[in-house]
Amino acid sequence: MFKKFIGAGTVAAALLGAAGTAHAGKDLDAVKARGQLICGVSTGVAGFSQADSQGKWTGLDVDVCRAVAAAIFGDAEKVKYVPLTAQQRFTAIQSGEVDLLSRNTTWTLQRDTALGLDFTSISYYDGQGFMVPKKLGVKSAKELNGATVCVQPGTTTELNLADYFRANKMTFKPVVIEKVEEVRSAFFAGRCDVYTTDASGLYSTRAANVPAPATADDFVVLPEIISKEPLGPAVRHGDQQFADIVRWSFFAMLETEENDITSKNVDEMLKSENPSIKRILGVTPGIGKALGVDEKWVYNIVKQVGNYGESFERNVGMGSTLKIARGLNALWSKGGLQYAPPIR
Amino acid sequence: MGWLRQNLFSSWGNGITTVVLLLAIAWLLSWFVDWAVLTAVWTAPSGQDCRGHGACWALIHEKYRYIFFGSFPYEQHWRPLFAVLAMLAMLILSADRRMWNKRLLWIWSIGSATTFLLMFGQINISSSLIFFLALVIGAGGAVLRATVGSPIEINAWRALAGIGVAGLALRLVGLFPAFTLSIAPFSYVETSLWGGLPVTMILATYGLLFAFPLGILLALGRRSNLPLIKSLCVGFIELIRGVPLISLLIMASVMLPLFLPSGMTIDKFLRALVAVILFASAYIAEVIRGGLQSLPKGQFEAADAMGLTYFQKTTLVILPQALRVVIPPLINTFIGFFKDTSLVLIIGIFDFLNTANQALVDPKWAGFPGEIYLFAAFVYFCFCFSMSRYSKYLETELNKGTRR
Repeated sequence: MFKKFIGAGTVAAALLGAAGTAHAGKDLDAVKARGQLICGVSTGVAGFSQADSQGKWTGLDVDVCRAVAAAIFGDAEKVKYVPLTAQQRFTAIQSGEVDLLSRNTTWTLQRDTALGLDFTSISYYDGQGFMVPKKLGVKSAKELNGATVCVQPGTTTELNLADYFRANKMTFKPVVIEKVEEVRSAFFAGRCDVYTTDASGLYSTRAANVPAPATADDFVVLPEIISKEPLGPAVRHGDQQFADIVRWSFFAMLETEENDITSKNVDEMLKSENPSIKRILGVTPGIGKALGVDEKWVYNIVKQVGNYGESFERNVGMGSTLKIARGLNALWSKGGLQYAPPIR
Repeated sequence: MGWLRQNLFSSWGNGITTVVLLLAIAWLLSWFVDWAVLTAVWTAPSGQDCRGHGACWALIHEKYRYIFFGSFPYEQHWRPLFAVLAMLAMLILSADRRMWNKRLLWIWSIGSATTFLLMFGQINISSSLIFFLALVIGAGGAVLRATVGSPIEINAWRALAGIGVAGLALRLVGLFPAFTLSIAPFSYVETSLWGGLPVTMILATYGLLFAFPLGILLALGRRSNLPLIKSLCVGFIELIRGVPLISLLIMASVMLPLFLPSGMTIDKFLRALVAVILFASAYIAEVIRGGLQSLPKGQFEAADAMGLTYFQKTTLVILPQALRVVIPPLINTFIGFFKDTSLVLIIGIFDFLNTANQALVDPKWAGFPGEIYLFAAFVYFCFCFSMSRYSKYLETELNKGTRR
């Protein structure tokens, strides 16, 4: 069989596309020569990157990959997804096994510098939150004095929890359980009043793991977010042009949402007289050339992937079973943190 | 009746225990039947409709194609299906003792070619590879058949090897034009899209297929009188056995890329397969060594006294006896490895267990791990149980000659 692998090697040879470290443009050239973007995703996180019943990858992180492919090739389908575990992800991007890492990875200084990565933007603002049963009548985390809290050990989650309660001069009784399934069942069984982890995790637990006869509506996620977990796509150092394309592909999704351009109305928007929209959609040329891609790149992204709001609602928001509120991920003009520099 | 009295109700204590246990079994069974059959949901548009009922088999109904075939292009799922069938046919045919001759070679060549043609969709064989194969087969034939083949046969093998050498030489100096023999009936599907049962079966079948001869060589090498070979084999076996399979896989998937030039990658599936082969070979070697050591010294001495060469002694006298002894532990190792292949999930390869895991992630269907794992366990059980039954059949079949 080894020989058959070599035999089937014409395509394997294409995988051997060389990529340098210091030469700008090399990663992009490799992607273009290959005709396909290789995108590192998770091995399965609901709403962010997961394979559906037909084996197709979907999710918010996956949509970032598709947007980049739409910008480079004009075709959001030209992506190969490589599922990566948490241990593998940084080696995979460093060694060139993937071009782009879009795998709910928190942007930190260490990763941005010592690991040789470039985080290009923040596609999802996550942070630690609290979930309580609705019948407790708690409206804010400030009311949790004396509560028993279910938490997983050894993570920053546990430290953040202690810090938050101490800072607010409250006490709590921790129920520390190693495995995530067991933490959940302890919480649902009523062994603790509060369950704390990243907010996206709270929402997906609420959507998917509530045991019958209770329903998701019997539990509320409190509004306080007590830590910063900015998740975003990352590329490796060395190809600024490729990093720019990844960065602006995501910003294009935000910018189009801000201008109310959606996958449904984008064709009408092409006829718009608004100079800003004309510029963004490439009716007035110039933007694409500056970025080194086709002038229709934003059109392709919106048409095939949708704007950020559409992607959010479809994958994790109200259009999905996760039902995550926009919160911090709303546009800056609507009280959130998502802010794209102007496309001009 | 008599049996009942003797074994289940022989005393008051035993009688009570029997009754209590029977009641417990009946209670568990009725609960299980109620959950798995009576109140189960067989079809539903989404996981929400399953809540509050028994087992959610609708989840399996929705996801079985993904669980079996992973991310393989959906419209072409018949390809991995037939690949699995081809592999099953190949394995079942080669389980029959009547096939244990030259036919085995044909079965495996045709079966493997079918499997990989279906999975890859296209197989490109370069001219150099064809010449190389000609050289290897020719040389191998000439050596192996040296003492038994007719002069014409030997010359045919030599001619084949000669063609290989000449072709390779001409290719090297550039006289022979480069060409690729391309068999491409279907669209190409790369290994990263493979998933589910074919991946598990390929990893287990070919992992063990290559590990088995390697294991025999290692076992023979370990008992060799040449210190260099012996220490190399011992070193290899102890090194591989001294680390867990997970660390080998992590080495292959995380460390290896760092040693390669930037941007160069070796197929992840191939890396995993090589790791499985190396790991399995060390274990098989130790099992076979047990068989070798169980043979009385007289067998070796008798073979030597007959004037047999080392090669003849090993293939004709030692191995047939040694392998027969170790069939049960060998199948045990095989069963273990069939399940161990699921460890590739830690390097992001979607084998059967991992696609089952993946099916749990879908938020539309989340919350029914029991059903998925029962299903996966059932499929694994089918494979492992048939292997163990086969081992039993083989034991009696091969020991017919020695039984009194």
